[in-house]
This record gives sequence, structure tokens and C-alpha cells, in this order.
Amino acid sequence: MINKLSISNLLGIKYLNEDDIYLIFETARNFKEVINRKIKKVPSLRDITIANLFFENSTRTKISFELAQKRLSADVVNFSSSSSSISKGETLADTVNNILSMKVDMVVMRHPSPGASVFLANNIDSCIVNAGDGCHEHPTQALLDSFTLVENLGDLNGKKIVIVGDILHSRVALSNIFAFKKLGAEVKVCGPKSLIPKYINKLGVDFEPNFELALNWCDVASMLRIQNERMIQSCFPSTREYAKEFGLNKKKLLKLNKEIIITHPGPINRGVELSSDVIDSGKTVILDQVENGVAIRMAVMYLLASRL
Amino acid sequence: MSVDLNKKILDASKLYLILNRLASQLFENHNDFSNTVLIGIQPRGKILSKKIKYLLESIHDIKDIKLGFLDITFFRDDFGRENKVLNANKTSIDFSIENMTVVLIDDVLYTGRSVTAALSALQSFGRPARVELLSLIDRRFSRHLPIQPDYCGCQVDSINNQRVTVKWKEIDGEDSVYLYIKNDK
Repeated sequence: MINKLSISNLLGIKYLNEDDIYLIFETARNFKEVINRKIKKVPSLRDITIANLFFENSTRTKISFELAQKRLSADVVNFSSSSSSISKGETLADTVNNILSMKVDMVVMRHPSPGASVFLANNIDSCIVNAGDGCHEHPTQALLDSFTLVENLGDLNGKKIVIVGDILHSRVALSNIFAFKKLGAEVKVCGPKSLIPKYINKLGVDFEPNFELALNWCDVASMLRIQNERMIQSCFPSTREYAKEFGLNKKKLLKLNKEIIITHPGPINRGVELSSDVIDSGKTVILDQVENGVAIRMAVMYLLASRL
Repeated sequence: MSVDLNKKILDASKLYLILNRLASQLFENHNDFSNTVLIGIQPRGKILSKKIKYLLESIHDIKDIKLGFLDITFFRDDFGRENKVLNANKTSIDFSIENMTVVLIDDVLYTGRSVTAALSALQSFGRPARVELLSLIDRRFSRHLPIQPDYCGCQVDSINNQRVTVKWKEIDGEDSVYLYIKNDK
């Protein structure tokens, strides 16, 4: 196994190779053991300062990154766009350069514009971790999703995964497609045709319009949230109709003659993509995903910081 | 960099004698091991700690000795200082060390930095009553920190460009200890 990542920024899964992904998983496995200890902190990054720049709302990812940084003993500064000089007209590069001049070693950034982290990496001399950029990529989410599936299935080689819902607006979908395919899985997408990007076949992914057929085919159903905030106009007639066609409930699960793994990146629209009886049944791995998120983010920042 | 084989300082029979002596010394001080646990420092202390446990159980007839393995990677003080990534190994300590006597076990004691990291890492698992150190090889003139072993297999006087490597049959094909000259070119 390699002992060094091939990249110096984590901008997207697209830029990682299979060895990088397995190195992150192996390191995350060790960090998962650490965060289950009574004392969950290690001193690895004690002389590293990390800035969390969140230009878009976030609960899980922000808390997960911050916890991961604190568990690694890094110094952390938080920034949100609502209370910053962005509203005074400062550009992204200027804002980040000003923060970096205060001797910050690593930047974790979430931004509503696709490609914002790539732009930053091209213009800033620092280590960048993409925590989600518009509809483009969300690499740490894809890593934690894949890690959770590898924990449950052993490996993803030849496994059948269907990604269901709003593929068009989802950065999780694109990152997951890259990650699942790099790890050898067969991937299909399912959802209303209006929420499927036209280029989907170019990613080596098939479109299955029938949710029931997709469920019968798959080993894993990766359910996505409907991203109403990114839709310029409504892409389906009603939420009720969407839930009926593409929502997963206990009745649909009982009709299957097999067990499947159900994932969701959160936040969940209860009763839309997943019904409450499925969420609360204990048959999903949603909370495992959240736990693994901290370990994966610790691994990513640990491995990137060792290159500084 | 090239590494030249230089000198075998311990062969299998001498190594076996030393391991027996170390196990006897531990037995003398810890009796039935009811309040003592063994912890091997990953990666190279793991096999040594297993061998010590085996000898205590087979020769001294002690039952149920608790043995754990501690990875110190995330506690090392050279993170980011050397041009290498520190890859971790598995930690498995499935018992409490609270108020227990812990015997830390490693193959070579050199600068003392690994042991310092191990002492920090150990704190995550509770507050031991006492910590002792067992080291198969003590490179006694190379210490950076005030760390000394309580049980020592063999003292080796070496200079800085020398390396001591302990080989185990299970992973290296032979039980022996070599002194190498490390040439940096």
C-alpha cells in the first residue's frame, strides 16, 4: 500500500486514484478506533491551523470537520459569509489571502459556486479541502459513504449501487459516482427524468426510471435529498407525487426478497425520499455515515497535513 | 541510500535465552499478573509481546494474561518534520488499564521518543498505577530523552549511523538481531 496521497489538495474525488482512497480508508479505520476511546484526542496536528470557510449553510459537515480538527488537536478558526466582509464586496481570493496571511496552514471551504475550490487552489498557495462546491463535488461525503459501504460489504467490487433522487443538483451524487466507480461498483441512477443530467451516460452510469426495478437490481440504495434551494423552477409536479414514485417506504422494502443497504447523506426530508418507518427501523446506515464522517475527515486532514 | 548487512549480534539460541530471562524477571515481579497487563508497541513490539506472553503462560503456567497492542503514530513528535507520512497500525486494547501495572514492550529502545509517545497514547485508556518498560535491545548511548528500561534483554553500544534490527521468524524468516551500518548517499 502507498503511504502518501498523490494530491496536495482534496478538490474532488475525480482527482483521487484508487490507492489514495484505500489509504484514506486505512487511516480512517485507525481514527475510528481513536474516536471510540474514552479520550478521543490525538496530538498529531497540534501545530497546524485550519480555517473553516463556510460560504453556504451547513450543520453536519461543519460540525464534523470541526470535531475532526479538534480531535487532531489542530487550531481552528471559523468563518461564515453572513458575518464577513464578503457582503462589503471583497473577492473570494482576497478574503482567503487575508486569512492565510494570518499563518493559516489549511483551508476547508464550502461554497455555493461549482468549481470554487478548484479556483482557489489555482490562485492560493495553501492546502484546500473542498467541503462542497455548488452542484459540483463533495468529496469527503463520498469518501465516508464509500467507507461505510466497504465496512458493511467488505469491498465495492462488482456491487450494484443505485443513487436515487435529485442527481442534477447534487454534489454528493457526482462525487459518489466517481468514488463508487473507482472502487469497482456498478452504478445506476434513478429519479424523475427532469432531475437526471443529460451527460449521465458519459460518466459510465445507466439511468433507470423505474424505482421498483432499480431496487430489485441493487445491493445498495443511496437516497438523496431533493435540493429545492437549487431549483430555479420545480422539476416535478408535487412532493407527494415524488414521494409516491421515488420515496422509499417499508411497503416497498417488504416487497423485495432481499436485504439492501440504505444510505442518505442528510439532511433528510422525512416522508419524501425516506419514510419515517424506514428511517427509524434501524435498517439504514445513516448514523454510521455520520460517525464515519469524523474519522474520514480526520484521515483526510492528517494525510494532507503531513505533506505541508 | 544503501544498507549493508554488517553484523549478527544475537542468533536464535541467544535470543531464546534472553526472552526466557525477561519472562522470568517479569514473573518474579508480577506473580500471577492479576494486576498487570502487557502492551506491545506497534509495529515491532507486537511479536515480542506475544512471545513474552507465550513464555509466561507455558513455562510459568500463568493464565489469562491481558495483552494489548498500542499504535503510537498519532502521538509522535516528528509529524510533518520528516519528509514522510506516518502510517498507522491497529491499536487493540480491549481492557481497562485503570489502576493496573502496565508493562510496555518494544524491540529496540533508541532515542526514547517512541516510548514518550506511547506514554502519551496510554493516557487515552485510563490512569495506570505504574508503567514499566521492557526492551529487548537498549541502545544506551543514543537517548534523546530521560527514558530507561526496567527490563532489558541486551545492551548495544552503537553510533548514530548504525541501525539495530530485530528479525522474527514469523515475518522475517529468522530469529536474530543485526547491527547495520546505514550509508546515506
